[in-house]
Parts: sequence; structure tokens; C-alpha cells
Amino acid sequence: MTRHIHPFNGGIHPDEHKAESNATPIVAMPLLPRYVVPMRQHIGTPARPVVQVGDRVLAGQIIGAAEGQVSVAVHAPTSGLVTAIEPRAAPHPSGLFDLAVVIDADGEDRPVNTQPGDWRQLDPAALRQRVRELGIAGLGGAVFPSHIKLNPGHAQQIHTLILNGAECEPWITCDDRLMRERAVEVLQGAEIMRHLLNAQRLIVGVEDNKPEAMAALRQAAEAHHIACEIANVPTRYPSGGGKQLAYLLTGVEVPSGKLSSDVGMQVFNVGTAYSLFRALTADEALTRRIVTVTGHVARPGNFEARIGTPLSALIAAAGGALPGSSGEIIGGPMMGFDLMDMAAPLTKAVNCIIIKSPALFPPKPAALPCIRCGACARACPVELQPFELYWYSRAKEFGKAQSYNLFDCIECGCCSFVCPSHIPLVDYYRFAKAEIWEREREKNASDQARERHEFKTFRQEREKQEKAEKFAKAAEANKTKASADGTAPPQGEDIEAAKKKAILEAAMARAQRAREGVTPKNTENLPAAVEKDIAEIEARRMQANVPPSEQSAPAP
Amino acid sequence: MNGSPFVLLTRNSVTAVMLKVMAALLPGLAAHAWFFGPGIWVSLLVCGVLGIALESLMLLIRKRPIGPVLQDGSVLLTACLLALSLPTLAPWWLYAVGMIFAVVVAKHLYGGLGQNPFNPAMVGYAALIVSFPLYMTQWPAPLGVALHPITLGDAFDLVFAGQSAISADAYTSATALDTWKTQARLGTPVADILTLPAFGWSGGRAQEVVALMYLCGGLMLLGLRLITWHIPVAFLGSLAFTAFVLNLIDPTQHATPLFHLLSGGAMLGAFFIATDPVTAASTPRGKLIFAGLAGMLTVLIRNFGGYPDGVAFSVLLMNVAAPFIDAYTQPRVFGRKR
Repeated sequence: MTRHIHPFNGGIHPDEHKAESNATPIVAMPLLPRYVVPMRQHIGTPARPVVQVGDRVLAGQIIGAAEGQVSVAVHAPTSGLVTAIEPRAAPHPSGLFDLAVVIDADGEDRPVNTQPGDWRQLDPAALRQRVRELGIAGLGGAVFPSHIKLNPGHAQQIHTLILNGAECEPWITCDDRLMRERAVEVLQGAEIMRHLLNAQRLIVGVEDNKPEAMAALRQAAEAHHIACEIANVPTRYPSGGGKQLAYLLTGVEVPSGKLSSDVGMQVFNVGTAYSLFRALTADEALTRRIVTVTGHVARPGNFEARIGTPLSALIAAAGGALPGSSGEIIGGPMMGFDLMDMAAPLTKAVNCIIIKSPALFPPKPAALPCIRCGACARACPVELQPFELYWYSRAKEFGKAQSYNLFDCIECGCCSFVCPSHIPLVDYYRFAKAEIWEREREKNASDQARERHEFKTFRQEREKQEKAEKFAKAAEANKTKASADGTAPPQGEDIEAAKKKAILEAAMARAQRAREGVTPKNTENLPAAVEKDIAEIEARRMQANVPPSEQSAPAP
Repeated sequence: MNGSPFVLLTRNSVTAVMLKVMAALLPGLAAHAWFFGPGIWVSLLVCGVLGIALESLMLLIRKRPIGPVLQDGSVLLTACLLALSLPTLAPWWLYAVGMIFAVVVAKHLYGGLGQNPFNPAMVGYAALIVSFPLYMTQWPAPLGVALHPITLGDAFDLVFAGQSAISADAYTSATALDTWKTQARLGTPVADILTLPAFGWSGGRAQEVVALMYLCGGLMLLGLRLITWHIPVAFLGSLAFTAFVLNLIDPTQHATPLFHLLSGGAMLGAFFIATDPVTAASTPRGKLIFAGLAGMLTVLIRNFGGYPDGVAFSVLLMNVAAPFIDAYTQPRVFGRKR
């Protein structure tokens, strides 16, 4: 049975470069003397360290507790001694340091006590709690906490669970190898997800350049009687985008600004399914992941490495960078970023390290003017008009850029890839988005300041009024006292109180009107994750201290 | 800025686009040279050299790097399109004025490649037909009509010295569009008009073959995905439809759709001029509206206006409207309501 595929608009087919790394089995990385485990490894609030320098920890022990709802725990990759808790280099495009727990391995790799059990015995809420405590976040690169995606809520029925094995970025093969070698666990993990979501159907989407993985999955499904559909999707980037894959497989478009769960679908990466399976059957925390090391290295391949492994050790495991290498990409060549610091460790988000060379990644030609040829629009999977976004972003007409749906852009890079003028289009969109967020932030800050000022003026006014009234009252009291028979005017006080109340109400109404005059924008009340991203981008921008006009220039 | 994507389709470049479009002009150019003599090589040479010189000069004045910009090849394409739109064997300064309007006024005064609201070649053409209408009607007579075949040497003499041993009447003739216009207004019966030497089997004599060669080149552009079908189909469709309706109303004054399709600049305009991405509408629906109106205007100008051909004016008029059309024809974005 083959599923009818609904192709999305555009997309591209760059050189795949999968063969370099997908021919050899996953290699387990040996135990290393030191691991650096960042507390921020997922979207949301970073974990809070719960160990201290000098503590002894066991493999799999929680060293960072989940902080708030959008957060997951972080665990010790091996047993050893906590030697530092301090900001360290992290694999992040900003190059900023993140708080990390440094563990010196004792070499024994003693595990924390685990309680493997039957997940079928636990109710969904308890299972989700386990998922959070065992540190499961999306391993496709977005690292969104899985327990949230596994909680459809009361309002929403998830009918379709989609397992994302598309792996559409060139060079990356960690999901390919995982599906080939551990298909049973992947599908059983998906079974647990289906149970948690109470989804009716399970579809695994795999690009048709991975026939071995397809075969392994089909075999596993048959052997273990797992009711699912293994669907071939054409090899066309970005088929692995969540909304793109959902559309390919079901023909349902996830509405702009909504999540796939809003239309009854949930999409998980195959690696996440595998880790979830390990977590809920073996009670094993997410302390390892599979990562592709490829490009200009001696022995490209896939490695199962502990979270916290220095990236330099991973590159060394792949035989080291060959002479003439020209940098490293974290993630794929379409959406990844340049590694700033070789001391950065492996995190849950890192699925690939590509060693660059001038031959594999030639320097980008100089950008020429846009000729509005529309190649970008034909390539855009979101059906935007990228060249219009470019013109408006470049002219800093951000309002216009937003009205041309800038925020629907998924930054997949198809437009930049096809542009005959070699314009770094996506950089312009990132710049425009960051600027818009920054302006919203400034506006919010000034709104708050104005509100504070208004309230202060109101309070001072009120205090003055109250004082005056008090004086007036005292004077009246004196007057009445002075009058011989001492009969107080019966209504005087009530009138005063009413007057005071009226003044107060009028002032409050004024303040209210002033507040309402400032219309809230759609960027208000953003989820914490987005707020955080905004803050990060802002921090990066400040750090780089680059004037906006130069920001969009291609990296030298 | 993190710099991704790290890979580009480098075989895609502006230079490659321009070269491919020029290559697609070759069949039409070859037919032109075959039927109308070697004069086209001279006018191409004059326009090309002037184009490069003017572009370099403007870049120098604008303090822009000359090398990388000249490399994009856009000025050569403009030169080709203008040379193919103008009568050959005209004095060299006519081409110079045309190229000045095209490159200096229409292109660089607006900010260079990508910034020009009007098609540069058509601005050059329009400036010339308004200023020097007489020269613009002296087309060389096609093969079989010309009394004296023109050699390359004659062509050089005519263009640069403005004279040669032969008189202009010996090698020029009115175009079919011109002839139709004058004769139809004089009341000459259609059957008689069509027997005049300017007419071939359906359009202008020889011009119809050149037009079909442009059509071949246009199909090449479609095949290479340098243009989409929208503009040529809408332009030619609307042109034919308008001609059909007018022909139905008064066949003595208004020529047939086929005549309109294969005469003047219709084919060149449909595939090579109206499709200029910088100045045309860019959304799919916008292209249909843009080219549809341009096609209609072309026939209206031809049949009711003072100028023999209407392609240049209709394209320029629609160039003005292109940004407006784009703004109101934005395609639906993925995940938004239809």
C-alpha cells in the first residue's frame, strides 16, 4: 500500500552527500575523562543545577532539574565528580556561553538506580512526568520538550501520529543509521507515543533515498505486529519540516501560526521515539544521542556519544579534520550554523557536525542586485514571495515585510539556494525578524514606563487630594467643636466620601483610557520560548554590535 | 547572522540567465539576418559597444565597481533587444540616442539593474519613435522585395557615413503594419492590401518567419524555466482575442488575429520584452493581468493609435501598473485561508 503524496510547493534537491557517512554502523564513543553538560539543551527554561561542585554523581542522575512547564531535566552522562558549575562554550549560533555542569569521570560509569517497568501500567500523566524527568526533548534539532507535545490537552484530539524519518538536510545520516539499526525500538517508542496521544494512526515518513531504513522499518513493523504505515516521501528538501511532512503525508495544511496538533496531528523525530522508548522501558535518561560527523574528515560516520562530549573529541573520533579544513557546521548545510568554539560540547540539539573545506563548501559569490526573477518564489515551500520580503527587509520597511507574511518564513534556505543573484536572503529575514522583535520589546518597555509614570502621577494626585480632604475635615471638626452645642452636620462626611470616590474613579478611568489607547500587538503575550529566542537574538546582536546594514552581509 | 544555507546553486547566476536569454534570441536573429540582410550585425555591434561604454561611464559616475556589474550581461541583453526592435541601416546616432535613453535614463538614473521600473530597451525605442518617426519607419525591404541586396560593407557605409552608392528607396520599404494602416484608412479593399509586397502568407513578408523564430526562442526560455507560461500566453492570447473581436466588427479596418500575432514586435514582446522580470508583474495572477492588458493595448494602439506598432507603449504602460498589480495579486501563503 502506498500513500498518496501531496507535494508542497517548490523545495530543492541539493547534492545529498549521504553516502559519505551512512555506510558504516553507529560507533559507540568510549568513555572520556570529562564532560561539560549545559543546562540549556531544550527550548524553554534552562534546567536548574541541583548538584554542587564537589558532589559525586552517578550516570543518569539528575544534575539539572526541569524548571517550569516548558523544561526538561538534564542528567549526568557518567559517574564522577562535579568539578565546576559555570558558563561554558555552547554549540549555539550566538557563540554565547551557557551555564554548564562539568563532570570529571571516575571511569566506573556506575549507573543511578533504575526501575524498569511496563509503561502500560502507568497512566498517561505519570508517563509524561517520567518523560520530563528523563530529559526527553525533540532530537531532530528543535529540542522541544516532548512531554508537552505528548499532552494533547482536553480540547484537541490527535488522530495522526507522524514519525519524522525524512532527514532531508544533506550530509546528515544519524536518523538513517538509527532506523536501519534500531527500527524495532524506534517503532516501539512510537507505539508509546501513540498510546499517550491516543492517536488512531501512525505514519512514518522516510525520504526515498533511504531504502535500507525503509526496509528495516517495514520488517520491524511486521515482526512486532506494530500497526503503522511506512510512507515513502520524495527526496526533496525540506520534506522533513514538520508542517511540510504533515502535508506530504496527509494533504492537510497546518494553519499559519498554529501547531500541527491544532489540526489533530503530532510530529516526532525518529530519534526522539527511540530515546522515549529507552526512557520508558529501561528507565534510562537521555544522556546519549547519535550524531553524524562528516565532511572533510578522515572517517565520516555516526557516533553514539554522551551528552557533554566535547565536539573536538567527536571530530577526533572521525579521524580528525583533514588538512585544509575551513571550519565546522553544526547541523545541516541548509539550516545549520558555524561552530564558534571547539570547546563546545555535544547537546541534545546537535545532530551533525560537518567539517568544511573550500572544495565542499566554496565561498559564496558576491551578491548582485535582485532582478525579481521569482526563482525564490518558485522554490519557497511556504509559498511566500521571498523577493518582496527581501526588498522590504532591506529597506527596513518592517511593517510591509510583516504584511507579506515574514513570520510564516521557516528559514529553510531554499530561496537563498536558488537565487541567481546569490543574495543571502535568509539573513535578511533573520535580521528583519530580530529588528521587529526588538522594536516590540522597546515599545513594551516604554509602554510599561508610561504606565508606571501615569500611576505615579495618579498616586501623587490622590495623596494630595487625600491630604487636602484630611485638612478640610480637621478644620470642619474644629469648627464643629468650636460651635457650642456640638451637633455635627449629619451629611457632611458622606458628601466628602462621595466626592473623594468620584475623584478617584475619574482618575482611574483616565488611566484606563490612556492604557487602552495603546493597542496591544500580536507579538504581545508571546510564549516563553519565543520571548527567550527574542532575548537571545537581541543579546547576540548587542554582542556582535554590528550596525544593522552590515548584519546581513554574508559571513566572510 | 549564522550564514546558512552554506550551499548555493552556483550554476544559477544572473550572467547565466542573461546569456541564456541571448542564446534564445539566436533563431530570431538568424532569420532576421537572412531576410533583412547583414545590417542587423552592424546595429547589434553599435548598440553592444555603446551599451558597455555607457554602462561603464554610469558606473564610474555612480562610483560603483565596473567589472562585476558589466559581467552580469544585462546591458548586452538590452542592446540586443533594442537592436532587434529598431530598423537596421539607420544612422549610428539613432542607435546612440536609443541606447542613451535605455542605459542612462531608464536603467542607471533609476539605480541600475533591478531598480528600473521601465523596460530599458522599450524606453529607448519609445524615445526614438517619438523623436525620429521618419527614420523609424525606414525598414530594409526583405529578401525578394529589395531591389538591391545589401552587403556588410554597404551596411557599414549606411550606418556610419549615412550614404552609399545606392539610394534608400532601393533597399527600404514600409512594413506590413504600416502598409495596412495607411491602406485600410484609404479604403483599399482587404484582398488588394494583402497582395501588396509587404505582406507574406499571413503577416508581414519575412517578418512572419522571424516572428516564428522568436516563438521558437521563447519556447526555449520556457523549457529552460527562465520564464513561466503566464506572460506569453496571456499577452498573445489577449492580443489575438482583441484582434479577433475588432476584426469581427469591421474586417475592412482591422486585420486578423494571425496577422497581428505574426507582425511587428508581438512575438519578441511576448517572450522577451514583457517577460523582463524586473519590470513585469511577478505574481502568477499578476502576470496574467499584466500581460493580458499589454496584449490588448498593443492591438488598440496598432488599430486606433498614431504609431504603427504598440508593443513598446503597451509594455511601458503596464510597467507602471506592475507594482500595483503585484500588491493586489499576492498568492496565498501555505497554511493560510484560500
